[in-house]
Amino acid sequence: MSKQAEYVLRTVEERGIRFVRLWFTDVQGFLKSVSISPTELEVAFEEGMTFDGSSIDGYARIQEADMLAQPDPSTFAVLPWRSEQQVARMFCDIYTPDGEPFSGDPRIVLKRNLERASEMGYTFYTAPELEFFYFEDDGPNPQVLDRGGYFDLTPLDVAQEYRRKTINALEQLGIPIEHSHHEVAPSQHEIIARYTDALTMADNIMTSRLTVKEVALQSGIYATFMPKPLEDFDGSGMHLHVSLFEGDVNAFHEPGTQGALSKVGQAFIAGLLRHAAELTAVTNQWVNSYKRLVAGFDAPIYISWARNNQSSLVRVPSVKKGKPSSVRVEYRAADAACNPYLALSVILAAGLAGIREGYELPPEVAADVKRLTAAERAAAGAKRLPETLSEALDLLEQSDLVAEALGEHVFDWFLRNKRAEWDRYQHHVSGFELDTYLPIL
Amino acid sequence: MIAAVFPEGWSEDLADGLALAGVTATPLTELTAEDPSLHEADVLIVELGPQPMRRLREVSRISEVVGLPTLLLAAPEQMALFESAVGITDFAVTPIEPVEFRLRLHRLHRSESSDEVLRFKDLVLNPLNYQAALADEPMDLTFMEYELLRFLVGNQVRVWSRAQILSKVWGYDYYGGARTVDVHVRRLRAKLGEERASWITTVRSVGYRFG
Repeated sequence: MSKQAEYVLRTVEERGIRFVRLWFTDVQGFLKSVSISPTELEVAFEEGMTFDGSSIDGYARIQEADMLAQPDPSTFAVLPWRSEQQVARMFCDIYTPDGEPFSGDPRIVLKRNLERASEMGYTFYTAPELEFFYFEDDGPNPQVLDRGGYFDLTPLDVAQEYRRKTINALEQLGIPIEHSHHEVAPSQHEIIARYTDALTMADNIMTSRLTVKEVALQSGIYATFMPKPLEDFDGSGMHLHVSLFEGDVNAFHEPGTQGALSKVGQAFIAGLLRHAAELTAVTNQWVNSYKRLVAGFDAPIYISWARNNQSSLVRVPSVKKGKPSSVRVEYRAADAACNPYLALSVILAAGLAGIREGYELPPEVAADVKRLTAAERAAAGAKRLPETLSEALDLLEQSDLVAEALGEHVFDWFLRNKRAEWDRYQHHVSGFELDTYLPIL
Repeated sequence: MIAAVFPEGWSEDLADGLALAGVTATPLTELTAEDPSLHEADVLIVELGPQPMRRLREVSRISEVVGLPTLLLAAPEQMALFESAVGITDFAVTPIEPVEFRLRLHRLHRSESSDEVLRFKDLVLNPLNYQAALADEPMDLTFMEYELLRFLVGNQVRVWSRAQILSKVWGYDYYGGARTVDVHVRRLRAKLGEERASWITTVRSVGYRFG
């Protein structure tokens, strides 16, 4: 048994932990949990924990139901919101009964993509900006808690107490938070985690989403990562800041400059731009995700990049003097309701393709892309991101890059599942249609 | 205990001493920080040999990167040479006396990985049960956070580079690179809380210091 596993066993004993939750993620990014008692933990480390995979979305078919959850001891943490009974959690990798890594497990999908980066000599670092809303409850007519706006402080920001509790809980879980603030829309908030390696960050995003919801629940309110809950206000995105390191050197930074982008960084952006449309179904996976990607609400619509332009899909944030390690690329399309393992996988794959194939970076579009005329946009090469889930899925289906990044199992299941979601949506007659058409047609 | 020994082809006395001390000895063909067996070793034993000044430079260079407790073996007439040398933890005079050698080696090793309870202000680390407590409240740490904290508390005041911390705490082949150290220091600071986060200071363009 590894030292890490021994440490966990000992801590569970010393701290009198009653239950250990084994966490993993289904293909759509929902957190799954199996609780085991401390006495079973040693077996779980040695042999994995058997469970029925056929009831997990995107996992096995009935005939191959048995799966093994192998806890990763480096992710052990005591959950800070259960004070009366000590409960801890660990993330798991999923294996087939023959001991093969299971290709339907999103965490294993991300690990494979990180290995590809590592073969090219790179470590992938990320930091997310997680946006969400607080509502009074989860009913169909969301009631906001405040009328605050960007960076507003009390008394408008009544939710700062919930935010503070959330951040305390996250820090106890070993997720350092850079800052948090009230976002643009009423009752909308943002938490920015400090960068870390992509696997840890995907785990952290899963943990953060749960923590935000858990703290809200305990405070008698509801938190949601739904991309666009309020028609008239900004939706919730998850801007992803990404960079590649070669050993200790930031590969995106051009040595000898004050934060200029290296050739590697440029090619990475070129890869993101070229493959953006086909990977959007993964970073924005719900029918509702595309209601956020519309004009007028600070979300990117056109595929372009700029150094400092809040309307572009890819942005290169300015860097403080003497901080070459923080040169990074911000991808602004993804929303907080994505599966972070899969979203980071396809973003990494697109960037690496740019580096491997030496894609040329198109010129920066410094103007506000949404204000350009159609002809000007065409001249700048700024195509539109897919407008609906259906369109995004058509593009995804044609993508060799996404198929390779996700692996066949996840790719096929994802397409089937999302096509079915779109189909259900198409059957729905919306309020818009009744309001607009019924009186006149 | 694993001892990396340089140069290979050691004397009969040294072989006896190593056997008596019950250590696993790995011979080094070259004295470079890149040698993987150096990173697995608990101590480094270096014979000063016929080119002492060059050897001392090599030892000092290695100590900057690897930071292993280092035992120097030197002839009595060479002793004046390493008076101000860097990177040497202890020495023994050749021909070595196996019992003395064993004692020195074990003292060297113990000083690095002691089972003593470590304290700093209201922080207590107990290596026997791997538990950390802050103001009598148990801290929830992952194994690597615990190991990093133990290393920092056990090696206070001195500034450690990221590479040194990485090789001491993670072992050399950890693929995350030295950024891993930054990430874990932040996590530790988060868990230590606002008031105590400054116990770990960042020494610009060098590394970290505790206390």
